[in-house]
Amino acid sequence: MFRWARLSIVCLTFLGGNALAQDYLSALNELGRTATAAELSAWDIDVRPDFLGLPPGSGSVAQGEALWLDQCASCHGDFGDSNEVFSPIVLGNITEDDVRTGRVAALTDPSVVRTTFMKVATLSTIWDYINRAMPWNAPKSLAADEVYSLVAYLLNLAYIVDDDFVLSDENMEDVQALMPNRNGMTEDHGLWSVNGVPDVVGSACITNCSVDTTITSFLPDYAMNAHGNLRDQMRHYGPLPGVQTAPTPQQSVSQPAQSDSLDQIPADLLAVSGCQACHQVNKALVGPGFTAIRARYAGADASVYLAKKIRQGGQGVWGSVPMPAMNQLDDTVVEALALWLASGK
Amino acid sequence: MGYLRQQYPSHKWECIHGVEHMPVGVSDQEGRLRPAPESFLSEELISEISHRGVDKSRRDLLRGSFAAALAGASGLTFADDPNIVNVPEWSRSLGKPVATNPYGQPSPFEANIIRRQSPGLTQTDQASVAFTPLQNLFGCITPSGLHFERHHQGWVDIDPQRHRLMINGLVKEPLVFTVADLLRMPSVSRMHFLECGANTALEWGNSAVPTVQYTHGMLSGSEWTGVPLSLLLERAGYDRDARYLLAEGADGSGMTRTINLTGALEDAIVAYGQNGEMLRPEQGYPLRLVVPGVQGVSWVKWLRRLEVGNKPYATKDEASHYVDLMPSGQLRQYTAIQEAKSVITAPSAGQKLLNQGYYCITGLAWSGRGSVRKVDISVDGGRNWQEARLEGALSSKMLTRFNFDWVWRGEPALLQSRVHDDTGYIQPQRAALVAERGTRSIYHNNAIQTWRVSPSGEVDNVQVG
Repeated sequence: MFRWARLSIVCLTFLGGNALAQDYLSALNELGRTATAAELSAWDIDVRPDFLGLPPGSGSVAQGEALWLDQCASCHGDFGDSNEVFSPIVLGNITEDDVRTGRVAALTDPSVVRTTFMKVATLSTIWDYINRAMPWNAPKSLAADEVYSLVAYLLNLAYIVDDDFVLSDENMEDVQALMPNRNGMTEDHGLWSVNGVPDVVGSACITNCSVDTTITSFLPDYAMNAHGNLRDQMRHYGPLPGVQTAPTPQQSVSQPAQSDSLDQIPADLLAVSGCQACHQVNKALVGPGFTAIRARYAGADASVYLAKKIRQGGQGVWGSVPMPAMNQLDDTVVEALALWLASGK
Repeated sequence: MGYLRQQYPSHKWECIHGVEHMPVGVSDQEGRLRPAPESFLSEELISEISHRGVDKSRRDLLRGSFAAALAGASGLTFADDPNIVNVPEWSRSLGKPVATNPYGQPSPFEANIIRRQSPGLTQTDQASVAFTPLQNLFGCITPSGLHFERHHQGWVDIDPQRHRLMINGLVKEPLVFTVADLLRMPSVSRMHFLECGANTALEWGNSAVPTVQYTHGMLSGSEWTGVPLSLLLERAGYDRDARYLLAEGADGSGMTRTINLTGALEDAIVAYGQNGEMLRPEQGYPLRLVVPGVQGVSWVKWLRRLEVGNKPYATKDEASHYVDLMPSGQLRQYTAIQEAKSVITAPSAGQKLLNQGYYCITGLAWSGRGSVRKVDISVDGGRNWQEARLEGALSSKMLTRFNFDWVWRGEPALLQSRVHDDTGYIQPQRAALVAERGTRSIYHNNAIQTWRVSPSGEVDNVQVG
């Protein structure tokens, strides 16, 4: 609809002639410029299933394991099977038969948690995603060889390659041909194109339609307040106030916002630092909550110590899950965070 | 309803929420409605009469009640409203100066109407979602500050002067544009809905969440302004045989999605504007790809690169997620279009009908294949249907507001809406959709939604059949 031709016609109306329209078209071509080779190389990082875009390199399962334990295990678990922070990558639900047929049988079993390796048909996907988006708090920080080694480690965890395997740009295609669900995708549906054919169409029946109006599902009483008091999630006045679901009537929140007792939280710093990938304010996630840290170091002159822990990471103070070194953060950010954490009373 | 029809014979009137003129009962909140006989008896008296019959004392009470009610109905006596007779303080004081809030804020009395997370839905707050409060919104435009958020690795604040858009792949000349370049180019402004492919995902198996905010709140309607994608691709000299486009974000996740190029050339926009201002950071400031009718994940935010290609890309969010699991164990890949869907936003689950009488059943309908042609309403769980009024201009791939007049006299009801789009497609009942796709496909649940109204007036989220 937005073709140049149409635009030209629109512009002719205003400009009144072909010569002027030509001027306009060529002037538009002055906007934007040719991308340089270095620019393309810096940003064109995608890797397709035919491996267009895959950079050369290699990495072993052993190298991947070491890197995994250092940079990935805190969220994904040592064996990629954790469900704490992200859905599991591997869980051992893939059989030899799956690898032979290229269809993961357990996908039909509702009791089986769907893992990455049960679903993904293309190894390129895993390489591309780790390369562009991992680690969680420092995306695009891995070298190509590191990405190869991490993919090799995951393939080993999924029993697709042996312990001594070395993955490289030379053998990616061979390994992709072993992906357990490589034949599990279908494009036979109507949802790719606007003109696609729907698989299910509703009834146009108007009166005395044959439908079963038996209630088959509803929220039990104990679940009604699981999202908080619904009365406070609706406009209080008008014809449809919210249902009181909290056990005791609460004060209206339809009042000017009250100041948060935690308003000293340096939200901007936390947003840029990525701390909240693992730390929440009031409860432990991967690492301890900020409230607990502030309580532990309350009254102590701990800001220098805490700045060092943020920069260097650590393990054992709050449990066995290691905290990675946050050496990508500016000193000013680290120091401000440390001062805040050490300022508990 | 005769009164309304007389007042507004054109039949074009909006649903009236201030019901002063309606023959309904006493408000239990605001004391501003005219008493009506049928609801002027105390519940105590009704209960006594029904258990013990009408004796002399109860007869006197009844007579008194009706007398008072009739007096009210005849307009002779009203209780004085203190909000009128005691002129409010805001009428007796100097207001605040201009630019007190240089960027305006909603009234503090609207503080309940905010985006909310569904507890326990996601393990991190960066790969998460905050839902739009559809239950209290009007019309078809979602206020930008209430537009649902769905990020995959957190949201970012981008300096527009340092942001670039690259176009490469199967093009004669790979190009780089600054935001200033794009702001200078010919622009279009179009109204389109934006729905996450996982909207209503929680409801595949059973009724799981308590309000329409959580069942359908990954939905919005906005006016988007930007440069037509086709204009930029023509400028780059794209390969006319190419069928795919990779869109890539500048956020940490580097969100990538394969776009159907044939469809996108028709109406996709490289947008910088939303509802008259620049995009909000949570919506991709300063650039976002707008792909009308297609699920939200393809509307790549913080857009940094477009690559024209001859094969799909099988990115993480179209190979591991956003694939629809079928009962056969097959995963539907590259599902994109949001088929026609509608939902009643009020009355809806978690709300309570104040009392008996007139209600406007209102809601939203949309289709990723075109425009809304008709919306039907059922109050009996889908046995009988009546046509709703469609408000405003019917734009393609945009939300349409529907309204339907309803008088509730305390009977239990099962409210449903059903949309027909201009391709002839009709929104299916949940049972029909589940029969084909099972309950584990996560994405593209466009089934008819049922809200149950109890005699108490409370509305909850149920499934039928």
